[in-house]
Amino acid sequence: MSAPMLCITVNDEPTSLPSPSTVADLVARLGLRPDQVAVERNKVLVRRAEHATTTLCDGDRLEVVTFFGGG
Amino acid sequence: MERARAAAALCRRLPRRTIQRVAALVDSPLVLGRHSFTSRLFLGTGKYPSMESMVEALALSGTQCVTVAVRRLQLGVPQGKSLLDYLPRDTYVLLPNTAGCFDADHAVRTALLGRELGMGDLVKLEVLGDPQTLLPDPIGTLDAAKVLVKEGFTVLCYTSDDPVLAKRLEDAGVTAVMPAGAPIGSGQGILNPNNIRIILERATVPVIVDAGVGTASDVAIAFELGAQGVLLNTGVASAKDPVRMARAMKAAAEAGRDAFLAGRIPKKLYATASSPTSGMIAGE
Repeated sequence: MSAPMLCITVNDEPTSLPSPSTVADLVARLGLRPDQVAVERNKVLVRRAEHATTTLCDGDRLEVVTFFGGG
Repeated sequence: MERARAAAALCRRLPRRTIQRVAALVDSPLVLGRHSFTSRLFLGTGKYPSMESMVEALALSGTQCVTVAVRRLQLGVPQGKSLLDYLPRDTYVLLPNTAGCFDADHAVRTALLGRELGMGDLVKLEVLGDPQTLLPDPIGTLDAAKVLVKEGFTVLCYTSDDPVLAKRLEDAGVTAVMPAGAPIGSGQGILNPNNIRIILERATVPVIVDAGVGTASDVAIAFELGAQGVLLNTGVASAKDPVRMARAMKAAAEAGRDAFLAGRIPKKLYATASSPTSGMIAGE
């Protein structure tokens, strides 16, 4: 029997993750550098200190951003 | 090196008192919230032909504060060397912007994400009206400024060159108003120096001319008018030789600021002779 999966959206892309997963799990799974990303969940910022304790729910919409060149 | 040699040559030629007086001709730093900058140039990090040219241009410009944009990460692509790896934090203060935001809520969310990334309190707030002109939306800008000030940000606020709006933003608690010289990336220079002058005359917060700079003389003009700072990106990044242009911008900033501090002569309609008008030898 496979583990239950979570269906979420990350930067508009449908993504599935094992349940339960936290924001920190997502960042790790995406291969991102935790010190260089900021995450918003359902249009609310998730502070970096709370990435490891914020559990994702089915249907969550996430924005994962970093800095790019700009003026 | 060159500067050190020039200073040494000066010491050999001039009396000590003169040297001391010249050495005292220094500028005060530009203070923005808890940040203090000896360079009054702010550079963007977008549109350079390569990371190497950006790094070199930033270094030659002498800037101590650079703008960065907050954007979605591309998923499925390993996060290799990022912009942040090229911007040593002991050299540059990061100024996250809200570029590309067309309403106040979007700008506030972007600013919060930027603060989380940069761990700093600075934000360059811009709320734009439409993608073609990229002119500021005055109402959205003011709304977002109020929220961000309440959130504890040091708000450097991009705005049009409207003196009334600049005052309203100042009343809302922004740390600096940043009127556009001309539309973003247009390189048209300062289109309405009179408006910038009025803003400068009335402002009690620093005024930083942001956007529209095309070449070095535009920077010099901004400083000669009395601007406390200039922020630019395209003028350097899209120049044929960005690194050389960065050096030109630095020289222009120093020249313009020095000229402002020196106090220019008033413009007059008629000529005034520079040589004595008496003691002329006999004519016909």
